[in-house]
Amino acid sequence: MSKGRAQADEYYPGPVHQPPVHIAGTHVEHTHGHHPKLQHHFDTMAQQIEASTLGMWVFLVTEIMFFGGLFMCYLVYRTASPEGFAEASHHLNVTWGAVNTIVLIVSSLTMALGVRAAQTSAPPKTQVAWIVATMALGAAFLGVKAIEYTDKFTHHLVPGPYFKWEGKHPAAAEMFYSLYFCMTGLHALHMVIGLGIMMVIGIMAWRRQFDADYYTPVEVSGLYWHFVDIVWIFLFPLLYLIGGHFTE
Amino acid sequence: METLNYINNGQGLASWLLTKDHKRIALLYLASITFFFFLGGLFAFMIRVELLTPAGDVMTADTYNKMFTMHGVVMVFFFLIPSIPAVLGNFLIPIMIGAKDLAFPRINLLSWYIYVLGGLFTLTAALSGGVDTGWTFYTPYSTAAANSHVITAALGVFITGFSSILTGLNFIVTVHRMRAPGLTWFRLPLFVWAHYATSLIMILGTPVIAITVLLVAAERMLHMGIFDPALGGDPVLFQHLFWFYSHPAVYIMILPAMGVISEIVQAFSRKNIFGYSFIAFSSLAIAIIGFLVWGHHIFVAGQSVYAGMIFSFLSFVVAIPSAIKVFNWTATIYKGSVRLDSPMLYAFGFLGLFTIGGLTGLFLAAMGLDIHMHDTYFVVAHFHYIMVGGAIMGYLGGLHYWWPKITGRLYPEGWAKFAALMVFVGFNLTFFPQFVAGYLGMPRRYHAYPDEFQVLNVASTLGASVLSVGYVLPMVYFLWSIFAGEKSPADPWGAKGLEWETPSPPPTENFYVTPIVTHGTHQYAPSKEVGIV
Repeated sequence: MSKGRAQADEYYPGPVHQPPVHIAGTHVEHTHGHHPKLQHHFDTMAQQIEASTLGMWVFLVTEIMFFGGLFMCYLVYRTASPEGFAEASHHLNVTWGAVNTIVLIVSSLTMALGVRAAQTSAPPKTQVAWIVATMALGAAFLGVKAIEYTDKFTHHLVPGPYFKWEGKHPAAAEMFYSLYFCMTGLHALHMVIGLGIMMVIGIMAWRRQFDADYYTPVEVSGLYWHFVDIVWIFLFPLLYLIGGHFTE
Repeated sequence: METLNYINNGQGLASWLLTKDHKRIALLYLASITFFFFLGGLFAFMIRVELLTPAGDVMTADTYNKMFTMHGVVMVFFFLIPSIPAVLGNFLIPIMIGAKDLAFPRINLLSWYIYVLGGLFTLTAALSGGVDTGWTFYTPYSTAAANSHVITAALGVFITGFSSILTGLNFIVTVHRMRAPGLTWFRLPLFVWAHYATSLIMILGTPVIAITVLLVAAERMLHMGIFDPALGGDPVLFQHLFWFYSHPAVYIMILPAMGVISEIVQAFSRKNIFGYSFIAFSSLAIAIIGFLVWGHHIFVAGQSVYAGMIFSFLSFVVAIPSAIKVFNWTATIYKGSVRLDSPMLYAFGFLGLFTIGGLTGLFLAAMGLDIHMHDTYFVVAHFHYIMVGGAIMGYLGGLHYWWPKITGRLYPEGWAKFAALMVFVGFNLTFFPQFVAGYLGMPRRYHAYPDEFQVLNVASTLGASVLSVGYVLPMVYFLWSIFAGEKSPADPWGAKGLEWETPSPPPTENFYVTPIVTHGTHQYAPSKEVGIV
């Protein structure tokens, strides 16, 4: 049932194809007071908020399918060569991976607190502080990722003509690192986009745009941030921890 | 002073290129899609010219490969997939549900710009030498061997996919959140149900092709080797990922056409649809089961027999909801006051051609028969019966049916009937001989062929010429009608539905007063409540 628009039992009898008399200009004036952020094609703020959040959820479903293709590739090739993947996984630095996992989980906390600050009409300084904290943690994640990538470059672990592998499964190892760079690279790209979004949200919060009546942008951006976080929660064990699993 | 409507409300190029009105965006799509349709048609014409004679004499084999590749890429990704949703769906869904616009008007405009950007990439690939991989971009040819502009074309497909995702997202949110008071799910027009199901496929399938072509591009540029057997990759995995999207993509093309046919059949039989809820749910069934049949493209590519059997079984199952629709449309026409206006002619064409296309699909879904038919012209004929005989017939039928609403002008009905006839005759003459040629063993994608197939190929090329006249004619009289056509009343057909209750062309906010709906929107027989389950 539509929640956004009221149900009605009576039938509107008037001719809907006759323009009302007052339409002469190019714009129909709204006669009663609306929230300034209410867009013209919505009836109520509730409808607008529901549409925006549903839109973000649907978008996140497409993101799941997008990463899903990569997870499928991972599944196929890991099944084909579990030992090779375990061997290749040993060259990833579990400590850095764990640090990054913690950094992202904390950033989700600061993000959630940022949404709450907007929802409770906290002062702009508080809202901005949480968003800046989230961005700092996101940037820290990318910094660690840069350190790790540099390490892979110096050790010839980047797939392609310069790839070198001393172990028993060079082909599987190269496949593992192809997937490693595709998966973490796309994830990092999502982080960069997330930082851009947070920048905009931070500026909007600074300009006092958000309060208990209007906080949808913070909320939907938060949904996106949490999603990117969750992708990493899957990437970390799949890429970093399988080596330990196999050697035991 | 002329009544204000969405066309004259705002003048100048910027008012169109920066519009957030779903109706204007639909027209932007209409213009760009028409361009790609005729571009794709040009490639098809080159193919047919080459195949007039058994010897490969008009162009080299390489050029021929590029022709059918560009034909496929342009027609599938830049015409068929966006055609009905982005033009008719975009224009009609908000009006049919009594809303002022789609839920996200700016995202709607963004989707058109993304579409254009993807189109520019593909045009660049075409103009700078073309792509020769086939529209399927099969690896390892596309990654290791093809010496053509694969990356550019793949990125074009990648980019335009996002336009499709955004359109689907917009439709889903709109149908959930923007319906007019009293417009319950089971009062929705079946056109809206069909687009809802289509949108599900768009959001679930398109991301998978996006990541797949991205991996192909990465493999070509960075030597990643995900699909390259030389590097331990598996080319069949590419086929799985590719068809996971590209088979459901066929339903992205045909489901909206089915929605159009549901509307036309009711309007020109003057009857309530037979089995409303069956048609509504069969759209969802097609969307869901359609995701589980992709393996029937890989029967001969090394897939296990057991996987093949399951995919074969599911491919038979997915035919059932389509058959339900065909039977329900037939039952709707039965004992109706049938009017043979041009949209109805297209609907009749659709019914016959789609049925043939669907049934020959069952031939191909049978594993044993597919070994004989695989990669022959039988396959080509089968999917053209669905995509051209089904989807384009639906698109043209819908365009004729709603043209008076879109432009506020009537087109010359006599010419329209003549064009519909040309399309029907031309189509069958083009593609029926290909069933025969394929059954006799003529393989697809060759620019030369044995002499005994010449009669069939000449017939096919002759048919393509007739068909092209049938396609050019509507463009001529549609354009003419904009300038010189008679003005259309709000409801020129005497049809039911919210879109016919607002003026032609509609005002910018679609309705002067938000409609309140108290019964099914297509109630031709007043006595009973339609479609409440």
